[in-house]
This record gives sequence, C-alpha cells and structure tokens, in this order.
Amino acid sequence: MNIVVCVKRVPDTETKIKIGPEGTKIDPTGVEFIISPFDEFAVEEAIRIKEKLGKGEITILSLGPSDAQTIMRKAYAMGADKGIHLNDPSECPDALAEAHALATALKEIPFDLVLFGKQAIDYDNGAVGVQVAKLLNIPIVTRIIKLDIADGKAVVERESDVGKEILEVKLPAAFTAEKGLNEPRYPKLMDIMKAKKKPLEEKPAQLGAPKISIVKMDYPPARPPGKIVGEGEEAVPALVNLLKNEAKVI
Amino acid sequence: MNFDFTEEQKSMMELGRDFAEKEILPTQEQDEKQHLFRKEIFKKMAELGFFGCIIPEKYGGNETGHLCAALLTEEIGRVSASWTLPFNMQMWGPAFTILHYGTEEQKEKYIPKLVSGELIGAFAITEPNSGSDVAGMGTTATETDDGFILNGQKMWISNAHVADVALVYAYTDKSKKHKGISCFLVELKNTPGIKTAPIETKLGLFCAPTGEIAFEDAKIPKNALLGQKGEGFKICMWQLNNTRLGCAARGVGIARGCHEVAIKYALERTQFGQPIAEFQMIQDQLATMYVEYEAARLLVLKAAYEKDQGNLNNTLSVSTAKYYASEAAVNASGIAMKIFGSYGYSSEYPVERFFRDAKSLQVVEGTSNIQKIIISRAILGK
Repeated sequence: MNIVVCVKRVPDTETKIKIGPEGTKIDPTGVEFIISPFDEFAVEEAIRIKEKLGKGEITILSLGPSDAQTIMRKAYAMGADKGIHLNDPSECPDALAEAHALATALKEIPFDLVLFGKQAIDYDNGAVGVQVAKLLNIPIVTRIIKLDIADGKAVVERESDVGKEILEVKLPAAFTAEKGLNEPRYPKLMDIMKAKKKPLEEKPAQLGAPKISIVKMDYPPARPPGKIVGEGEEAVPALVNLLKNEAKVI
Repeated sequence: MNFDFTEEQKSMMELGRDFAEKEILPTQEQDEKQHLFRKEIFKKMAELGFFGCIIPEKYGGNETGHLCAALLTEEIGRVSASWTLPFNMQMWGPAFTILHYGTEEQKEKYIPKLVSGELIGAFAITEPNSGSDVAGMGTTATETDDGFILNGQKMWISNAHVADVALVYAYTDKSKKHKGISCFLVELKNTPGIKTAPIETKLGLFCAPTGEIAFEDAKIPKNALLGQKGEGFKICMWQLNNTRLGCAARGVGIARGCHEVAIKYALERTQFGQPIAEFQMIQDQLATMYVEYEAARLLVLKAAYEKDQGNLNNTLSVSTAKYYASEAAVNASGIAMKIFGSYGYSSEYPVERFFRDAKSLQVVEGTSNIQKIIISRAILGK
C-alpha cells in the first residue's frame, strides 16, 4: 500500500499577517510556518492505514519554498517514511499550476492513494486536490470524514446538508480530508529525532507558466465602532430596523 | 558559539507548546480550582517521551538531552507551572540519580517505569525542622541484618502521597555528621510503617501534589540503598544540581507566560484614548520583563548545554540559572499584575496564578539565599 500525502506550508493561524512592501505577498519576517491543519488530518490518516494494514510506505509530497522541508519533518516525526520536496520559491497562487507540478511528480511515484487536506488555510481555494486527480485521471472524493481500505477499494464517508454519503471507490484514488476524519497524533520525542534520518529528495517544481497572479493585497477594513441604539424594550424597534435594513441579516 | 536552535529543538518546542495549549489549557481553570493532578495529562506526557530526554534508550529514554528537556519544560511552564513538576519528579530527580548512582538491578527495576510513567516518582529531603540545613535532618535509617528501619518525617515533598518510589535521604550514622547520610529507594505505597498525607495549604502550584511522609519503623530491604552508605549528602547535592535546572526552566516558562499575556493586554487595553502600550512607563515594564526573561533563558540553556557536554557538576551555572530565573519569574508576575490592574488581581485571568506559582521558586530546591551562597563560594574559590 503506497500512500502519498500532499502537504502545504502555511503561516501559523496565530500569526499577525503583514503585507510585504511589494503589496502582493505577505511579509515572511517572523512568521511561523506550519503544516496546513487539514493536511495534518491526511497525514494522520495515512499513518493509521499503514498501521492497520501492517505494511505500506508513506511519501510526503510538498510544493513550496525551501522551508517547506521543515514542516515535512513534522510529518516524518508523526510516522511518514520519506518525502519529496518540489522547490518553488515563487509561492505561486495559481492552483492549477500547483496541481500541474504535483501531478507531474506523482506520475513518477507508484501510489494506491493520494491524500490532501480539503483546503490550505492560506488561500482557502480547495482546488488543488481535485485538479491533481483530474490531471492524473483518478477518482477523487472530497471532504471525507471516514476512510476504510479493503480489497483494492476504499469506502469513504462524507457529510452534506442532507445527511451522510457513503461511497465506494476503486483504487488508485485521491481524497481530501475534512476535520473530524481523525485526531492527529503528537510526534514522540524519539520520532522527532529519527525524522532527520528519513530520506528527503528535492526536485525543481515543474509548474508551467502560472495564469493567475496576485495584483494587490489589502488589509480588511477596520471594524466600524458599535452603536448603542437604546435600552431595554424601547431599543427593539430600532434594532430590528437596523438588522433588517442596514445589516440585512433578517 | 551557535545560538541557533536545531530543527529538532524547534520541533520539540512546537510539540511542548501544542501539548500545553491543547492538553493542559482546556481544563486548567477547573483543575486549579479542584487542585487536580490529572492523570491523563501525566500519562500523555510520558507517552511522548517527555520524561526520557536525559535517559539512555537502553532504559526507555530518548537521549534528546538536558537542553531539549529545558525547552520542553519552558513551553509547559508558560501555560502551567504545576505541570513542569513531573520533569523533576520522574526524570531529573529519581531516574537520573538512579542512573548515576544505582546498581544495574536498580536501574532496570526503576528507570524504565519512571520514564514511562508507570511509576510516579518523588524525592524526600526536607523535614519540618530542616530545609536549607539539609544536614540538620532527623530521619534515621537503622541498619539491621536484612535491611534498614526508617524513622522520621519528611515535609513539603512533591508527590508525597501519590508517588510509588521516592529517593529518601536519612541518617545511617549521626556521628559522621553529613557524611553519615545515606540515600534510599523507598516504595512508599507498599512499605508498612509509611504514612503519607497531602498538604492542601499551599499558595500555588495547585495541580502539583505536595505532602508529608511519616516513617514509623518502616522496614526496607538492603538493596534499597542507593550508592554507598554515607554517600547520601553527596548524592543529594548532585541530585539538586539537576532538579534545580528543571526549576530554573520552570521560572523561564512563567516569565515568558507573563510577558506574553502582558504584551497582548497592553495592546488591547485603552485608557486616555489609546492603548496602554503607548505609555512609556508600561513600555519600561514590558521591556524589563522581556530582558529578564531572555537573560534567565540564556542562563538556563547554558547550564543545560554544559550538562549535555558531560559537565554534570556545573553548580555555579545551575545555581546562577535557578537563582536568576526564580527572581525573573517573581518579578515578571508582579509587573504583569501591575499592568493588568484589577483584572490581574482576579482569578479570571492567568496573572494571579503566575504570581502565586512563581513565588514558590524562591523557596523550593534551595532558597534564593542558598543559591547565592553556592554562587559566592564558587566565585570565591571556596
């Protein structure tokens, strides 16, 4: 059972984001980078599958600048076996170009499963996983909350507004992980030390020419100050009016 | 000299931080109110290898070293000072001391289980009438044909009433003065004649159990002796020179916790039409907290580094770190309370807990006065 998990290096959610001087990228100074949290569910699931089957190899694949290797080591410490880093210093915002680079690399790797997080928490596109599957011509189910593998097939669950869907998918296949799929483990100290011994191959990323670029980044507008519309019961008509006509939420 | 952290050290710091925020923080408020030593937290820390940093793989450790242990302790201490005690109670105290002074049989019997958390550890030096004056202890261990009989009392002992095994220091020969003290590995729970009781009157460290132990003709076997008879005082000083490093790292964690919450508060709280972070006196206070935290941290890391290089007798560095980090923690918590104003005085904010927990550092494992005596003796060449 060969599993590839695609992980993306993203800024820590606690980071105070500053826009860089060019106005088109975030300023990386002082930013802590982490594995995108949804990708961590994918890593954890891969490890659980390997543990359940008692065999298999987990490859971590990451497209990004050189410090992507740091976050890959966390996946190693959790239990992945090896990794491939596709070096892309440009931090390309074009999901399709990213998907192209990942798919090109995946064509060289034997796999039964490719796992992604449902979306990266920096741009929240949620596009790359689906595009990679399409480029590789393999089936994909997004936002899974359960994954079982048996007899060359995967049985997955996902939730929708109307209820739960259960799907059976022939391998090789791709899935994107939703919160609730599992609880990612903490890496043990011993495994953090062993992580540096696991093989990590670096390759240039073959993105092709991106068709999307960021022209401008702005901070969100400052929240306007709150308004006190009155007190007690007398405030209700004014409040209802504002909620209906200004905030438009009722 | 390389001041950069390695990737592994950074990963460990991230692990410590995540663990503290996800495992300790969510139940901290109610646990502190109930004075609860939550066993699940302890087990999870053990499973991740927190208590094996300075222990060889042969005995279940991970050999990541004193510096990594200090970094982990700081990350935990930033959230909860109470939860840094296990680093001393399992690893820096009993396991490491047995590793250095024990027979192979003692090492195999106790170290793996202290590292795995299967056994809860402790060390018992202090008595109602002997604190700084370690050699003034009164507990005796009278030798018999088949073992020793313990009589006496220990007080202010972390984990006294929950520990499975403790390093107990007692006199085997009073006539030899401090050279008549010996160290014993005592199984507190299954030795008749041993009674323990919790001490519930502490000012802080509420989630770290503290208690007293009474020995009344408690029989222990010959192989409970750790090291040689009469070596106890030397072992005690050696042990304290390791557990003090854990204390110092605890102080660094508290100091960091304090200045981080104070910075956040100063940026949010407005008075006179602006965030209080704009006022110079607040800036002076924040700068002081930061500088003292950084200085304490560097002293701790230096002392830890020296131990990783094989210099375990670095009492000057360790006492310097312990003294300074304790003072820095106490100072930081006091300043933080001033910055938070009345909110700092309320149990709904973490500052008052930092304030109460920090104060313990000036008295435990050798008071600040004792640390200064050690420092001055070292620098005077005595």
